[in-house]
Amino acid sequence: MNVWQFMLENHTEVIELTLEHLWLVGVSTILAVLIGIPLGILIARWPALNKPVLGSANIIQTIPSLALFGFLLPAPWIGARADRLAILALLLYALLPLIRNTYTGIRGVDPAVVEAGRGMGMTTRQLLWQVQLPLALGVIIAGVRVAVVISVGLATIAAAIGAGGLGEYIFRGLAMVNDSVILAGAIPAAMLALLADVTLGWLEKRLSPR
Amino acid sequence: MSSVPSEVNQTAIEFLNVSYRLATGYELLRNLNLTVHPGETLILLGRSGSGKTTTLKLINHLLAPSAGEVRVQGRSTRDWDVIRLRRTIGYAIQEVGLFPHFTVARNIAVVPQIEHWPAERTRQRVQELMQLVGLDQQLAARYPRELSGGQRQRVGVARALAADPPILLMDEPFGALDPITRAELQREFRALQERMQKTVVFVTHDLREALRLGTRIALIEAGYLVTVLPVAEFVHSPDPLVADYVDAFDSGPNLGRKRTHP
Repeated sequence: MNVWQFMLENHTEVIELTLEHLWLVGVSTILAVLIGIPLGILIARWPALNKPVLGSANIIQTIPSLALFGFLLPAPWIGARADRLAILALLLYALLPLIRNTYTGIRGVDPAVVEAGRGMGMTTRQLLWQVQLPLALGVIIAGVRVAVVISVGLATIAAAIGAGGLGEYIFRGLAMVNDSVILAGAIPAAMLALLADVTLGWLEKRLSPR
Repeated sequence: MSSVPSEVNQTAIEFLNVSYRLATGYELLRNLNLTVHPGETLILLGRSGSGKTTTLKLINHLLAPSAGEVRVQGRSTRDWDVIRLRRTIGYAIQEVGLFPHFTVARNIAVVPQIEHWPAERTRQRVQELMQLVGLDQQLAARYPRELSGGQRQRVGVARALAADPPILLMDEPFGALDPITRAELQREFRALQERMQKTVVFVTHDLREALRLGTRIALIEAGYLVTVLPVAEFVHSPDPLVADYVDAFDSGPNLGRKRTHP
């Protein structure tokens, strides 16, 4: 049985696992954006925090994903359910590109423009919301794009701890030594990654000030 | 706008023994004493790196003096609420200072907007200012990158004038323009200033511009104020540093003579 036949016959399950996958990626990305962008703004404002924050995010990035799932297992509440665990792990991996791009984006705004804003009497907050963030938006979205594409791939590993998603097929296929089953997980996952990349790439271009 | 009573404002801006040092200890400005009178256009003239922009930024407290005191409308810049101070002072810099993500209209409306003017009043003010600085109303919806250098600079001037501030700081606003456009804007600025009578502090390295626009000229050299002279006396000053500066510009036979302004 080839992969297309398999997917056709099991289309309800394929859709279910795809939605599960999207859920893991979506929730973790939203949480990562809510944490990572403010952290990026923070370290752009207080450069002393730059090293500890980016350093921590970098270290997290170096932990192999399976090991990270293992480390988080004993955590209270989080460890109780596999999807919570998976979402936390994905969130942690997504932080680095978000923090770094927010920081780089804000720092990259033309200093003359920032000084003009200050000279005209903008408060720090007005400067951030009306000048720095809008001008950094393209770079920030680029960070979201990287984070999402990484997450879509990493989320397949979440199946190893029973969190579901398209990784189910990949692990099942590996156990059964059945390429069609592996591909039934891998192809939709790759398509999700491509779709996210193209959509966010388009958004990035639209929102970048020239 | 500010609560300072106007009868004490014999001086608009005052520098009292002001020095400005970098964190490294390098002194950009040393012991400056200078008074700017209400309604005059004071030119800060000097070569690159002489400290004229530093002087300008001390007025709106983008820089804080390392020693001495800068007074605006009789009050030390340290005692001003810095946001209030800056909104009392119009600030125009070279064209790079326009917000690239705002349209012309929004750029001009920045200060009215952060001052929470009603939308209709802001809209009228923007129209009025565009007319004042000679910008076609059709340009209102354009972005800075879609304008010529001269148009951008007009937007910069309009933006600085938006909330009708009594004081205007201009940092080489016409520096990046071609000579013809520059002369045109200088002429318009003179006409504008004759009507507005604002207190203007204008930074330039261009002696011709200084002579055209100024009431008085302050020559700054390597962090020191060399002299302050009325425009008519400047070119005849016996001060060797002034003479050097004048000589450097005196490529034509007519500069040293008394000019009639265009």
